[in-house]
Amino acid sequence: MATMGTMATEPLEILLKEAFPDADELRVEDRTGGGDHFHVTVASPRFDGLSLVDQHRLVYAALERPLADGTIHELRIKTRGVRRTKGGTT
Amino acid sequence: MNEDLRERIKTVIDTEPVSLFMKGTPTFVMCGNSERALQALRGAGAPVTAVDILPDPEIRQELSSLSGWPTIPQVFIKGELIGGADIVQELAANGELERKLSDALGEDYRGAAEERVVSVLVPA
Repeated sequence: MATMGTMATEPLEILLKEAFPDADELRVEDRTGGGDHFHVTVASPRFDGLSLVDQHRLVYAALERPLADGTIHELRIKTRGVRRTKGGTT
Repeated sequence: MNEDLRERIKTVIDTEPVSLFMKGTPTFVMCGNSERALQALRGAGAPVTAVDILPDPEIRQELSSLSGWPTIPQVFIKGELIGGADIVQELAANGELERKLSDALGEDYRGAAEERVVSVLVPA
């Protein structure tokens, strides 16, 4: 059964999957259950080598429509690349 | 587009060591995300210059068009966009924020730490 939460998160997941088809991790949580406060987590090779600002810009771009039309009242974003840089050679 | 307002916002971004565009003021924060950014900056000992974007919707419009960042809060160090609440919190947690602050402002940046509030609106 679709809960209020999944009904709200699914359209955002679809947009993010279009933007980050090769994501290692892609999650959308409805933080409050009210369908307008979201926490998005994305790990994608598209983020490799980008600053956090540029990583978040890509997420904002993917969610431009729901951000503009008020579907998203509040958005928390957690992004990371998938290439290991710490302690490794890149 | 409001050229005057845009110029004043740009001046704050470029000249203040650390600027925080937020909802409310540090003494009366009106949004959880602005609070998160403020606390992260305080934790790092940053000299915060706060701008309340709530008094006029045009402030937010001009700010976002300047920065290309759609949400509030927005944190800048010497003209460079550092990010919103999530990024600033993440940088504070891993020590990067303090490193950025000392790179941009000098290692003794904490000595100058004081919070102030400026307005980008023209006094009526």
